[in-house]
Amino acid sequence: MELLYSITLGILTACGVYLLLRARTFSVILGLTLLSHAVNLFLFSMGRLRTDSPALIGVVSEHADPLPQALVLTAIVIGFAMTAFTVVLALKAAVELRNDHVDGENPDEDRP
Amino acid sequence: MRLEVILPIFIPLIAGTLSVVVWRSTFYQRWIAVLGTAALLASGLWLLSAVRAEGHVVMQMGNWQAPFGITIVADTLSAVMAVLTGLMGLVVAIYSLGSIPASHERFGYYPLMHLLLAGVAGSFLTGDLFNLYVWFEVMLLASFALLTLGGERAQMEGAIKYVTLNLFSSAIFLSSIGLMYGMVGTLNMADIADKLSEVEHTGMVNVLAVMFMVAFGIKAAAFPLFFWLPASYHTPRVAVSALFAGLLTKVGIYALYRMFTLIFNGDVAYTHTILLWSAGFTMVTGVLGAAAQFEFRRILAFHSVSQIGYMILGLALYTPLALIGGLFYVIHHSLVKTCLFLISGLVYRLTGTYELKELGEVYRHRPGIAILFLIAALSLAGIPPLSGFFAKFIIVRAGLEIGAYTLTGIALAVGLLTLFSMIKIWAEVFWKAAPEGMDMERLKAPVNDSHGRFMLTGIGILIAGILLLGFWGQPVIELFEVMAEQLMNPEGYIEAVLGGEQ
Repeated sequence: MELLYSITLGILTACGVYLLLRARTFSVILGLTLLSHAVNLFLFSMGRLRTDSPALIGVVSEHADPLPQALVLTAIVIGFAMTAFTVVLALKAAVELRNDHVDGENPDEDRP
Repeated sequence: MRLEVILPIFIPLIAGTLSVVVWRSTFYQRWIAVLGTAALLASGLWLLSAVRAEGHVVMQMGNWQAPFGITIVADTLSAVMAVLTGLMGLVVAIYSLGSIPASHERFGYYPLMHLLLAGVAGSFLTGDLFNLYVWFEVMLLASFALLTLGGERAQMEGAIKYVTLNLFSSAIFLSSIGLMYGMVGTLNMADIADKLSEVEHTGMVNVLAVMFMVAFGIKAAAFPLFFWLPASYHTPRVAVSALFAGLLTKVGIYALYRMFTLIFNGDVAYTHTILLWSAGFTMVTGVLGAAAQFEFRRILAFHSVSQIGYMILGLALYTPLALIGGLFYVIHHSLVKTCLFLISGLVYRLTGTYELKELGEVYRHRPGIAILFLIAALSLAGIPPLSGFFAKFIIVRAGLEIGAYTLTGIALAVGLLTLFSMIKIWAEVFWKAAPEGMDMERLKAPVNDSHGRFMLTGIGILIAGILLLGFWGQPVIELFEVMAEQLMNPEGYIEAVLGGEQ
């Protein structure tokens, strides 16, 4: 399980960073989203990965750490709000600037 | 329950909510803006006096014992920053009354300003790492909205960079928090500081330190992570720029000071050397960037970067005197940079442009404004007896004392280049003959409306602050000595937070 988990994290982060480095706002937003997914999963794994142990004291002998789960929930909600804002910003920028380049102007169009 | 430590967070939250309730009436929103920020300043002063009497003021939220709940804690540093938040909030609120157009006021300018202040105050006062992240996000979301309010072309372009880089830094911050929790199993900062010394794997601690450095370095606009700042700070309304330059980057600086005195103080030779060179490059690149600019606000934005370097230098030298200097610089720079931005807004109001090439002769027609600018500009450059001189003097002396001659030399040279930049603005805007095509009517016409008076009041408060810091700095320095003492000996902080369980 650990191996699969860490490979997933690695792929998510790599894709996120790659998309973040593209110069179009839409890929940048996708990249940020993938990256925040990776971070959330990473945060979750910091409570140690284990099965058969719900976060209940007294019911089971070995219980999982509930704190990272609470942190991840908080981070997901915040990340959702941020993504929503970024999407609206990118839409507005695309309308105002008439293209979706992060610098606000398309370098290819300037060439004769 | 300690009311004084929670009020600086509570008041702007309440004021923001009230402003939303009276959404349709800008009249009430304006009153709430001024009264709310004044109350914030008052609560900050109350907190400061409590901290001076007791050393630390601690409040455990929900009365949960220390490492388990969220702790709100103020030492002298936090309390001084809370006072600064109140002061900047009040000044910008008063200035906004005269400078923010009605279209912005109708779309929630004042509620956003309050929420921004709540996020800033929360970041200064929290004693919990994850809670710090939450306050950062509260502050960021408000700043995103303030930055894009109005929706002009340049704003959009700047905002995309600002938003992307800040979200990226949040991602790094969050994963560092995760790593930290995985290592020591706690998020309470005092508890982390206590337990981190027992961690066997010291290499991992240094990795974490650098990750936090990157995350906060982006927020504070330190080299080589500052590019978002000059791209975005000149685009919104000048009151917003002033608030950002005066407060937002200081939150990053505060977080660096907190983390690298309280938690990462084990391997100073490694971590603080990185900070030292980052500080040097920040100073130089910022000031060189400013030298190439010919737009009033862009020059100021680049100088913000350069001045951030001095503050990090104070932390990186890591002696009591250097900390005093660095933190004095934080206060001084907040006052001066906010003031300069506000003056640029006033000049814009009189002339309709920020471009240095299109400006001139302001001194002849408006000597009062020119004198105000001169005081703030000379203070930024570090001319005695203004506040900037003492800030630079303490840092330089601290640098010489421990033999960091290269960086002290850089600091002095950058001071000279700052003076050059300020003289450039002075010569271009205030002194040279008016260029052809400049609209002189507004500049010559007498200003008697309430808008101008609000703007001048805001600037006047800041100028008074700069002069007070310069001529009456002794009590402030004495307070900062206590502050540096507390930062160099974090045991007091740890004991105050965790004391309940023993």
